[in-house]
Amino acid sequence: MGETMRFETPSTAKEAVTLMAKEKGIAYILAGGTDLLVKMKAGILEPDLVVDIKRIKGMNEIKKTATGFSIGAAVPCAALTENAALVKAYPGVVEAANLIGSKQVQGRCTMSGNLCNASPAADSVPALVAANAKVVIAGPQGTRKLAVEDVPAGVGRTNLKKGEIITAIELPKKVAKSGDAYLRFTPRTEMDIAVVSVGINLTIDAKGVITKARVALGAVAITVLLVKEAAKAIIGTKLDTEALAKLAAACSAACKPIDDKRGTIEFRTEVAGVLARRAAETAYKRAGGK
Amino acid sequence: MSSHVKTTINGDAVEFVCANDESLLDVLRNRMGLTGAKEGCGTGDCGACSVILDGRLVCSCLVLGAEMSGKKVETIEGMADGNKLHPLQQHFIDGAALQCGICTPGFLMAAQALLRKNPDPSEEEIRFGLAGNLCRCTGYDKIVRAVQAAAKEMRA
Amino acid sequence: MSMDTDLVTKKFKVIGTRVARPDGIDKVTGRARFGADASMPGQLVALVLRSPHPHAIIKKIDTSKAEKLLGVKAVITSADFPDYTNGDRGMLDILENCMARKKVYYDGHAVAAVAAIDAATARAALKLIVVDYKILPHVTEVDDALKHDSPLLHDHIFTEGAGPKSEKPSNYNKQAEYGHGDIEAGFKQADVIIERSYKTEQTHQGYIEPHSCLASVSPDGSAEMWVCTQGHFVYRNQCAALLGLDANKLRVTASEIGGGFGGKTHIWAEPLALALSRKANRPVKLTMSREEVFRCTGPTSAASIDVKIGATKDGTITAAFAELRYTSGCFPANWAEFGAMTAWACYDFKNVKSVSKDAVSNRPKTAAYRAPSAPIAAFAIENAIDEVAKAVGVDPLEMRIKNAAREGTKSSYGPVYGPIGIGPTLQAAKNHPHMKAPLAPNTGRGVACGFWFNFGGQTCVDLNVTPDGTVTVAVGTMDVGGSRASLALAVAEELGVSYNDVRVIVADTSSLGHNDMTDGSRGTFSSSMAAIFAARNAITVMRQKASKTWEIPLEDVIWEDGHARAKGASHGNLAPLSIKDIAGNAGATGGPIAGHSEIVADNAGVSFGTHIADCHVDPETGQTKITRYTVIQDAGKAMHPSYVEGQYQGGAVQGIGWALNEEYVYGKNGRLQNPAFLDYRIPVCSDLPFIDTQILEIPNPHHPYGVRGVGETPIVPPLAAVSIAVTNATGVRMTHIPMSPPRILKAIKTHRG
Repeated sequence: MGETMRFETPSTAKEAVTLMAKEKGIAYILAGGTDLLVKMKAGILEPDLVVDIKRIKGMNEIKKTATGFSIGAAVPCAALTENAALVKAYPGVVEAANLIGSKQVQGRCTMSGNLCNASPAADSVPALVAANAKVVIAGPQGTRKLAVEDVPAGVGRTNLKKGEIITAIELPKKVAKSGDAYLRFTPRTEMDIAVVSVGINLTIDAKGVITKARVALGAVAITVLLVKEAAKAIIGTKLDTEALAKLAAACSAACKPIDDKRGTIEFRTEVAGVLARRAAETAYKRAGGK
Repeated sequence: MSSHVKTTINGDAVEFVCANDESLLDVLRNRMGLTGAKEGCGTGDCGACSVILDGRLVCSCLVLGAEMSGKKVETIEGMADGNKLHPLQQHFIDGAALQCGICTPGFLMAAQALLRKNPDPSEEEIRFGLAGNLCRCTGYDKIVRAVQAAAKEMRA
Repeated sequence: MSMDTDLVTKKFKVIGTRVARPDGIDKVTGRARFGADASMPGQLVALVLRSPHPHAIIKKIDTSKAEKLLGVKAVITSADFPDYTNGDRGMLDILENCMARKKVYYDGHAVAAVAAIDAATARAALKLIVVDYKILPHVTEVDDALKHDSPLLHDHIFTEGAGPKSEKPSNYNKQAEYGHGDIEAGFKQADVIIERSYKTEQTHQGYIEPHSCLASVSPDGSAEMWVCTQGHFVYRNQCAALLGLDANKLRVTASEIGGGFGGKTHIWAEPLALALSRKANRPVKLTMSREEVFRCTGPTSAASIDVKIGATKDGTITAAFAELRYTSGCFPANWAEFGAMTAWACYDFKNVKSVSKDAVSNRPKTAAYRAPSAPIAAFAIENAIDEVAKAVGVDPLEMRIKNAAREGTKSSYGPVYGPIGIGPTLQAAKNHPHMKAPLAPNTGRGVACGFWFNFGGQTCVDLNVTPDGTVTVAVGTMDVGGSRASLALAVAEELGVSYNDVRVIVADTSSLGHNDMTDGSRGTFSSSMAAIFAARNAITVMRQKASKTWEIPLEDVIWEDGHARAKGASHGNLAPLSIKDIAGNAGATGGPIAGHSEIVADNAGVSFGTHIADCHVDPETGQTKITRYTVIQDAGKAMHPSYVEGQYQGGAVQGIGWALNEEYVYGKNGRLQNPAFLDYRIPVCSDLPFIDTQILEIPNPHHPYGVRGVGETPIVPPLAAVSIAVTNATGVRMTHIPMSPPRILKAIKTHRG
C-alpha cells in the first residue's frame, strides 16, 4: 500500500472530481480521515489514491446563506461548536457531531465524512436527517443535491456515483419556534459508538401544539431511518404523556436492529423509544414549548 | 509513493520525506525522533498520541504525515519553556498524577488544549475534556486534581 | 538481620512524605523511553502472522514466497524453535504459545513471523505466507469446556486432584479443595440458606503500552534485549532456555513500562524477536498492535461460580461453600485454585469449603491480572453474604464485621493470620461519612471486602556511595508504579541523608543477581526490604572506615543522621564524620563504599480492603453511573502515601470497568469480536467521580518498616461492591459481570415480569 498510494491535494472541487473520476484503482476522499485512516491501518482499505480536500477553498467554511447554513465538507466537527449562529439554530446537530469519538477525533472528523462512511451508528446523521439537511454533490456531470437520508445505501455504501464528492451540507433556515435534539445511548459517557440514537426536529405554534416534526433513528437498521409514524404520533399534540408513549412505540416499532457486540435487538428496540421521548422533550423545550 | 513535506514542529521549521500512507505519529516517532507521542492503539481510541495541530487537539495516528505541509504541530517535547516546566507538567509530578507515564504526554497535550479554550473549567468540563485519553493506572483522580491545580496557578 | 519490633510507634524522618518521583520529569517531557521508543543501528521491523481460527491443525506452512520478497531478512516458524525444554511441559506450553507448533489453539495464535527492512515490506511478506489449516471444532465457554463431549484441546491433560487419574484426556486440568469444618453440619444449623450461580466474563489488563521489544543476537551467541516487562530477569531466563542461549550471554534491559498489571509477567513475542534477529543477524524490533495485545496476550479468566451459604438469625454464618470454575485459556493453569483460596479469606467461618475446577478452552493463554482470580471469587461470595444477611434481617456490613477474620483466625485456605486489617477496614467503613450520606432516587449503595495474599520473593539490591557522598541504588525488581521513589525514601531514611541524595535505577540482568518479577504486590515490599538491608550493610562499611580513621574500636562508632559518631566519653573530641567526609576519604580507608543485599523476602503480609460504592441506574436504559466511591485498605506502612492512594484509585477503577462494561466478546466462529479500545470499554475520565481513599496502617511485623504490598487488593472488592450497589438500586440481584446496560435492563424487565 505504501508503495503505491498516491496523495493529491487539489485546490478546486473540480480538480478533486476529475481525480476521483479518472482513477482506475481504489480512490478515497480524505477530509478528517478518522474513519479512513483506521481502515487503512487495519488493512481493510488499501487505496491507490487519496484526495485531500482540505486545501480546496470554501471546504473549511461554515457559511450563513439566504436559505440557511452551508457547511463545507472539510469542516471539523469541533469547529461547529465555535459558530454561535449555528449552535443557536441547530443545537441538536452540533451536539450530535460533537459526540463522535473524542475531543481529538472531533478536531478532525467531519459531518460529510460521518455520512459517507455510511455506518448505521453515525452520530451526526440522524440529527441531520431530522433537520431536513441536504448534501451538495459535485460530480463529473455537474452538481446535484440529495437529502441526507438518501445518501447511505447500506452499511459502508453510499448512493454517490463514481467521481462524485460531497462539497457541503446545507441546513435549512431555522423556522421560528422550532427546536432540535439528538440523544444516543452508549455504555460509556464519551469515546463510544451509538448503540441506538434518535434525532428529532420539531416546530410548534403559538399555543405550543406541534405542527411539524421529523424523527430519525440511528443504529437500529442498516441505514438511518426517518420514521414518519413517529412524527405523526406527536404532530397536533403538546407532547403530553400519551403522545410521548405513542412516539416511543412508533420508534420501537420502526427498529430493525441486530444483535452484536454493542447491544441486543431487545435493548435497541426498547431504548429507541426511551431516547425518542427524552429527545422530543428537549426539542420541544428548545422550540419554546412548556 | 512518498511526499516531501515542509512543516513546523514545536516552532522549528522542519522537512521530511514520508510514505503517503504514513501517519503523523509514525513520522514524529520514526523520522523526527520525537517519541513522546505514543501509539497505544493506532485507531484514535486512547489519545496517547495526542498532539496539537494548527491549534486543535488531534490523534496523530489519525493524521497523515503527507498532510502536514505548512502546518503547525505542537508535541509534548515542546511543552516546557526550556528548563522551566509548564505548570501542567509540574502539577502532574507534584500531584502524583502519573504512574507508569505512558499516557502522560497525551493527557498533558489534551489538558493544554482544554485550558487554552477554557481557563477555568469545572470538574465535569475537565473530565469530558480529557475523556479521549485513556489512563489505566490512576483512575483519573489525581489527573483531574493536577489539571485543576495547574489551571488555578495559570489563572493567577 | 534485626527487625524493628515497635513499628506502630516508630517515627520516620522521610518515609511517608510525598516526594517527587525521580522519573517524573522524563515522563512529563516525553523523554522517558518505553518499549517502543528505543532503536538500534540497522534494526529490522518484525511482524507476526496469526491464526484466524480458534482451533486447527497446521498441515503446512509455505514461507518460500515471503522469503524471496526484496527487503525480507528472515522468516520463522516453529521449525526455528527446536524443543530445548527436556520434558518440562510448562516451558513447552510457553514456547508453543509464543509460536504454534502442530496446532493453533486460539484466534490470534502466532504461526510465523518475518523481519524486514520496514513495516510495509513486512506487511507484504505476511501476505505471501500460505498456511494450510485443518479446522477443528472449538470451545470458548468454561462450562462447555468441562463437558465430556467438549472439543478436546490437548491429549496430554488428565484431570489432577479429582480422585484417581482419569483414563481419558480432557480439558478439565485440575481440581482443588480448601476449607475446614463440616459444611453439611453447618448448613443444618442455618436458619436461612441461599444458593445462587454467578458468571464473570474475560477481561484484559488493558495497559496502554502494547508489548514491544528490541532484540539483537550476535553470531557468537551473545545477545541483548530491550523490552517492556514486569520482570526482565524472568524474561531473560525463559528466553535463554527456549532459544538454547546461555543466560549469562543474554543481557535484558527493562524499558520504562507503560502498564502491566500482570500482563507483562509472561513472555509472548520476545522469543520471536530473538529468533528473527539470530536468523537475520540484525537487530529486530517487534511491537504489537493493539489488536494483537487483545487477541494474543494474556487476559484473565472467564468464570462460572456456584455459592451456597447459610446463616442464623443472629448474623452468624454457619456454613459457606463455593465451586469455582475458571478457564485459563488454551494452556493449563490453576487460576480457579487461586479463586478457591481467596474466596472466603476475609472471614472466620467454622465450616467453609471451596472447590476449584480449572479448564482449558480456545481462548488466549491467560495471565495474571492484578490479584488474579480474587475479584471474580469476591464478586460471587460477597453477593452471597449480602443476600444471606438481608434474608436473615441483619445489616450486611454488620454481618461482615461479626464474621470477619482476625489475628489468630485459621484462614479458609490454611494459614493462621497474624495482625490483619479486615476488621479495621470494616469498622472504618462503618464510621465513614460515605455510609451515612443520603442516596438519590434509583441509586444504591454496595459494600464489599477483598483479600490478597501478597508475595515477596527473590530480590537483589546494590547500593553504592559515590565519592561525593551521594548514593546510587540499583534494583532488579521492575518499577511499575513509583517504587524507585519509595526505595530512595527507604535508603534516605536508613542513611540519614536527603531523598535527593539517593538515586535509584532498575539495573539490567547482567548487573545484578536474579530478581523475581514485579507481581504479587511485591515490588515495593521486597525491594525496600533489600534496600534497607543494603543501606545497613553500607553503614557498617562506613562505620568501619570511621573507626579506621579515628583508630577506635568499631563498636564505639555509631551511625546517626547521616554521620558516623564516636560514642563514649573517651572519644568526646572527635567531630562526627559525614557521608561526604567518609566517601571522600574512601580510597585511603580500604576502598569504595557499597552495600549489597540478596534476599528472599518472605512474609509479605496479607492484605485486606473494604470498598463502598454508590451507583445510579437509569431504570429505562440500564445505564449505570458511579456517583461516589470509597476505598479503605490496610497498607502496613504507606511509604509514599500518594502512590498508595494511586494504587487504591487505579485498582478500584479497573474493577469498576470490569464490573460495568469490560468483556471479551467471542463470536460463534470463536473469533474475538472486540479487540480494540473502542469496543473493549475501559472507563474514561468522564465516567467516574473522584475516588476517595482511606489508608489504614497496621504494620507488617516481617518488614523493617511494617510495609505490606498494596497494589493488587484494590481490584478485588469493586466487582462485588458495584454489583451490590446496582442490586440495591434496581431491586434485582445482579449475577453476571460485566453488568452492561443490556444485561441490567433485561434483569430489571425480567424482575418486573
